[in-house]
Amino acid sequence: MLYVTTTHYLALSFLLFTIGIFGIVARKNMITVLMSIELVLNSVNLNLIAFSYQLSDLTGQIFSIFTITVAAGEAAVGLGILIALFRLRETTTLDNASELRG
Amino acid sequence: MEFLTAHGADLLFYLFAALAVAGALGVVTLRNPMYGAVSLLLTFLSVAALFLLRHAEFLGIVQIFVYGGGIMVLFLFVIMLVNLHRLPAVNLFSGSTPFAALFAVALLAFFGYFIVHLSFDPALTRPEVFTMVRGENLGNSQAVAWSLYTTHLLPFEIASVFLLIAMIGAVVLGRRQ
Repeated sequence: MLYVTTTHYLALSFLLFTIGIFGIVARKNMITVLMSIELVLNSVNLNLIAFSYQLSDLTGQIFSIFTITVAAGEAAVGLGILIALFRLRETTTLDNASELRG
Repeated sequence: MEFLTAHGADLLFYLFAALAVAGALGVVTLRNPMYGAVSLLLTFLSVAALFLLRHAEFLGIVQIFVYGGGIMVLFLFVIMLVNLHRLPAVNLFSGSTPFAALFAVALLAFFGYFIVHLSFDPALTRPEVFTMVRGENLGNSQAVAWSLYTTHLLPFEIASVFLLIAMIGAVVLGRRQ
């Protein structure tokens, strides 16, 4: 039981993923939502690394690099949208961004 | 002492896993996004340590550089840029919190089912795969670089174009009208 296996990494990754999804759905503040998205992407990376080790295959690590790239781009664009929203509404609460609601 | 040398890596896993989960819970529950960002940094660094424990040395360092350095500075900068003095005193969570909690519990049950029922063969412990470059034992960075610049060259180039587009998009979005 003490020996750490791929299952342990999967359990941790699932836990981080669930916490991230909860943050995305439940929180009001857009900054926190963006941070929760980073959490989810990080848990996916953890999964890839665990299976890379399980199968002794370097491809998982390569794929993780691309995930990190996409996460960096997503953070930059997401925070750009946040700045634009703040200029428009003086707030970062997502409930206030309801212009398109009928 | 013998216990420590035999189980050191496993104990480190439990330590950093606990830190990562604690940081993640902090991100989701803390009121002030500034504290949330520091909490997120704790998670990033713990995950970097977990990468190191799985023979992904290059990725561990990249995780610290890109997440701990770049993305975290970006978040802190934006948090300081937007005015958060008037934090809502109540209503930290939106109206969809019960739904979100239900969804999270369902997700956990779904994943837990897999965790309980999946069993893997013992890992193929051939760590030399992560350091070998054409028969030479050079190191993890060299192995990743070799793979990136040969087998995965096209995705690598596409990633660079993606980063350029993301940069232009961020500049256009952040520009004063």
